[in-house]
Amino acid sequence: MKRYAYFPGCSLEKMALSYHKSAIESARKLDVEFEELEDWNCCGATAYFHIDELLAYTLSARNLAMAEKTDLDMVAPCAACYKNSYFTNEALKKDPDLAEHINFALEEDNLHFTGKLSVKHLIEVFAHDVGPEEIKARTVRPLEGLKVAAYYGCQILRPRKDHENVEQPHFFEDLMAAIGAEPVDYPEKLLCCSGSLIITSRRAALSMIRNLLNGAVHSGAAVIATACPMCQVNLECYQKQVNQEFGTDFNVPVLYFTQLLGLALGITPRRLRIGSELVLPTPALSRVRRKPATT
Amino acid sequence: MSSRPTFSEEIANLLHAAHGNPIRLCMQCGTCAGTCPSAPFMDHTPRRLIAMINANMKDEVLASNTYWYCASCFHCTVRCPCDIDIAGLMYALKRYSMWKGQHQPELIGPVFSETFVKTVFRSGRSYEPILATTYLFSFGLQDFITEAQAATTMMLKGRLPLLPPRIKRLKNFRRMIGRVIPVGGLE
Repeated sequence: MKRYAYFPGCSLEKMALSYHKSAIESARKLDVEFEELEDWNCCGATAYFHIDELLAYTLSARNLAMAEKTDLDMVAPCAACYKNSYFTNEALKKDPDLAEHINFALEEDNLHFTGKLSVKHLIEVFAHDVGPEEIKARTVRPLEGLKVAAYYGCQILRPRKDHENVEQPHFFEDLMAAIGAEPVDYPEKLLCCSGSLIITSRRAALSMIRNLLNGAVHSGAAVIATACPMCQVNLECYQKQVNQEFGTDFNVPVLYFTQLLGLALGITPRRLRIGSELVLPTPALSRVRRKPATT
Repeated sequence: MSSRPTFSEEIANLLHAAHGNPIRLCMQCGTCAGTCPSAPFMDHTPRRLIAMINANMKDEVLASNTYWYCASCFHCTVRCPCDIDIAGLMYALKRYSMWKGQHQPELIGPVFSETFVKTVFRSGRSYEPILATTYLFSFGLQDFITEAQAATTMMLKGRLPLLPPRIKRLKNFRRMIGRVIPVGGLE
């Protein structure tokens, strides 16, 4: 049994509830347990860094200090929460003066940051810690014939954390292949979904989303898989606006990788909250060739 | 005797605490401009903006929309052959322009960031419907109606919260924030 301290983040409370539920369900099937931080706060997204760095570090440090109390490593399913938690952890470990200043603030909530844990993105838990071989072995309903565009987006990979491959990663495709799906060659897989520009610079954002949808359709994908609530919402919930703006006719379902993983592990679509999308994935998923699992 | 720092020195100082190389090392290769997905919508590409900072063109830099069009995708940062944290530079410029109150008045970015920060300061978590008010006044009616339709559908699908969430130890949280920013700074 692998255990992690789990920091869901604001989006997963409601907007991306399907990501939260499917992550928990899929993890349970793979003997992974997530212990939710007891009183987590917002990671600050990008906005806090627009206003004040110290403030932004303080927000993430509070979550890290809470996670440290559990003696487990921290996992975040949202790319922005992950990036902020990861880099705050690194910045505070490298700069004792900064850590001291922030610990002074954390005293108000009886917390203390020491820098003893490591921060992971949810997809790392499945793609690395559990691993494709194990997932393949546990797959009871392989998603055969389902063409998936594995969309990485930005902040899972960038800024660079260590020595990872930021130009040609393939762990997401490997994970999709492990559950029997067919990852397509998706050249736009590392491009930005436009993030909060969807609110602040609408025209630019819709054009970026159009580019991503266009690439997915051209690569033959029946579904786009994401690992970030912001990417999911931008790619899915704004398809109508993209179509209005550019006279296009996109109707591509966008699912969380945990939902596809869950299906392959034999969890019912209902428990994975498939059906809460604006672009229904049912037609794409119904084409999956049903066949008994081979062992 | 001290002399007043130039604009390019000021920006260099803003970046000093961060990792990465100083922008004066920029060799103007344009990898950032070619990589940036927002570049077609910017007044100046990131490459050009860096040249403008190095040339101390303060007013022109602050008047540009470039840094508010940065989506924080960090593609430029990981590709820069001179190892300059260009996305980090955009953050620094956002903070600098807000601090000086000098940015294009019609930009939504600064209002959005401020609203976001205030929301989290109040409740410890972000709440999408409040964030929506930032663009309510900034977009045309047609956009607003499309937005409202999407929001209603999401509400019906149970994907939008009706009530703002809040953390349990909010008092401690706010006192914690009070220790890093001057009291009254956000209220």
